[in-house]
Amino acid sequence: MKKRKNALRDTLGDKIFYIINGFFLLLLALIILYPLYFIIIASISDPDAVLGGEVVLYPVRVTLEGFQKIMERSDVWRGYLNTIIYTALTVVLALAVTVPAGWALSRKTLPGKKLFMIYFIIPMFFGGGLIPFYNVMSSLGLINTMWAVILPAILSVWNLFMTKTFFESSIPNGLIEAAKIDGAGQFRIFTSVVIPLSKAVIAVMALYYAVGQWNSYFNAMIFLQDESKYPLQLVLKEILIASESTVGGSGETILQQFRMANLLKYVSVIVSSLPVLCLYPFVQKYFAQGVMIGSLKE
Amino acid sequence: MVLAAKKDSGTSRTDLPQGPVFQNKKLKAFKENAPFLIMIFPAVLVVFLFNYLPIYGVLIAFQDFMPGDKILSDTTIWVGFDNFKRFFSDPQFWPLMKNTFLICIYGFIIGFPLPILVSLMLNSLKGKKTAKFLQTIFTAPHFISLVVLVGMLTLFFGRYGLVNNLVASGGGERYSYFLETGAFRPLYILSSNWQDFGWSAVIYIAALSNVDPQQHEAAILDGATRFQRVIHVDLPAIMPMISVMLIMSIGGLMGVGYEKALLMQTDGNLAVSELVSTYVYKRGLTGVPDQAYATAIGLFNSIINVVLLIIANTTSKKFSENSLW
Repeated sequence: MKKRKNALRDTLGDKIFYIINGFFLLLLALIILYPLYFIIIASISDPDAVLGGEVVLYPVRVTLEGFQKIMERSDVWRGYLNTIIYTALTVVLALAVTVPAGWALSRKTLPGKKLFMIYFIIPMFFGGGLIPFYNVMSSLGLINTMWAVILPAILSVWNLFMTKTFFESSIPNGLIEAAKIDGAGQFRIFTSVVIPLSKAVIAVMALYYAVGQWNSYFNAMIFLQDESKYPLQLVLKEILIASESTVGGSGETILQQFRMANLLKYVSVIVSSLPVLCLYPFVQKYFAQGVMIGSLKE
Repeated sequence: MVLAAKKDSGTSRTDLPQGPVFQNKKLKAFKENAPFLIMIFPAVLVVFLFNYLPIYGVLIAFQDFMPGDKILSDTTIWVGFDNFKRFFSDPQFWPLMKNTFLICIYGFIIGFPLPILVSLMLNSLKGKKTAKFLQTIFTAPHFISLVVLVGMLTLFFGRYGLVNNLVASGGGERYSYFLETGAFRPLYILSSNWQDFGWSAVIYIAALSNVDPQQHEAAILDGATRFQRVIHVDLPAIMPMISVMLIMSIGGLMGVGYEKALLMQTDGNLAVSELVSTYVYKRGLTGVPDQAYATAIGLFNSIINVVLLIIANTTSKKFSENSLW
């Protein structure tokens, strides 16, 4: 017993190891956090102070001008509303498609199970590419409708397999058998036995699909023509990125022009990321759980 | 339902003893399990529409295709591999290949070991709560959208970003990182890693949490230092996972997407930021679209990816027990 205790005590080498390890992890945390922190302090600082390089560690001459300005931007709020609608519809439809299919795929008695597996695996490694995809959407008549943004996002094959793996490992077979003996049909078993036991995976899937839709811009960019239908990310793209290539020339006018535009950038990053980043600490255990569910199979 | 039941009795005829009783049994089993087919149907439909129909659509890569044409009709003009040959002789061919490969290989060299290293480091921390907390911080940037990420890049490295503001306040010249060819790849790769190293580490962390503590105790009794235990206990434990991820990464070595590169492209850095995927987008959907040509380029690229994946998997199978299939 005594020997064991001695062995568990850290040697000098171990202590050095722990210190170096801790140091580098702390450094990484700073590298992650500082950019986020800087955006926050820059958004409430005087834009001139930001442009003058005065804002580094703390806000300078605090102002809420940027937040006032963004309140007046109707395109941002319309984008916000659109994104909320698209995200809500995506999540509802995605769950309705993914969860039952995941349950069916997890059952050994699913007729033609092997074929279905192959059917879903092929798209993970091979696809038609952008242009044929665009043409399909076009011939389905989805161009310039919100369904062009929603429908392709309602099933991710990765999520489907994650759900399947969860069901395989987490629903006790005895329970299903008992329900069968009680005379429950497959639908009844699914709705009354399986779903109540699957809150974790349903939460993870809802979050995955929600974040995916909230953050996407590309499908909206190629399929939507009316600006009134633009989701938030597309509006942000105009604010944050479009102006960069027009930077050129010199002098005070350009600086003045960029004074407000620059402030608006910091503010819009915060306004758009706030919902996700606020929710994140509460749901992150589910996110991680999701990855683990998926990795179990590997 | 009736049709499906017929099919079922058809299969039983070939490989199983016949008899009315047995067929009834099979029919009953099928009836019991038929609801699964209804549950899976919506997913089958969605994948058919958005994954399989586009695969059928790649046929236009072998045609002289105008937008609006039917993919198969009497008037379809087949041109064989002409679109591919055109791409091989396109002056953009080698620059595109080079840009795509370089951004992937540099990204791989940094982005592959980093999550492994971080997971081992986090796992070696003494305080489990601290490790959880750090992990929360490390994974946070994964949930930032690409638009915001690239926007943040311009806020830090743009002409009027933090770096330039500091340089200018110190009397230096402003430098447009986004207009320079030399800065594109470092910005692209470092920002990708900043965003995703923590997220990619999660599956290794999950694997590490399954390591039997007794293995560590045994190693301690043998006098192993903490660092030796990382190398000889922790690392072997995640080796299968590393192999799988390696195969997947090699399969993606030419597979960089257009989403982020498009956002970072400027007239100034186009010489290095034009990738196969962004070129497909531009030729196929912007300006005067040349859809057949763009589809051929996309198909060529995804075939390269599939071939790379197969090579990686076969090689891994040969030299270890780890493989995707």
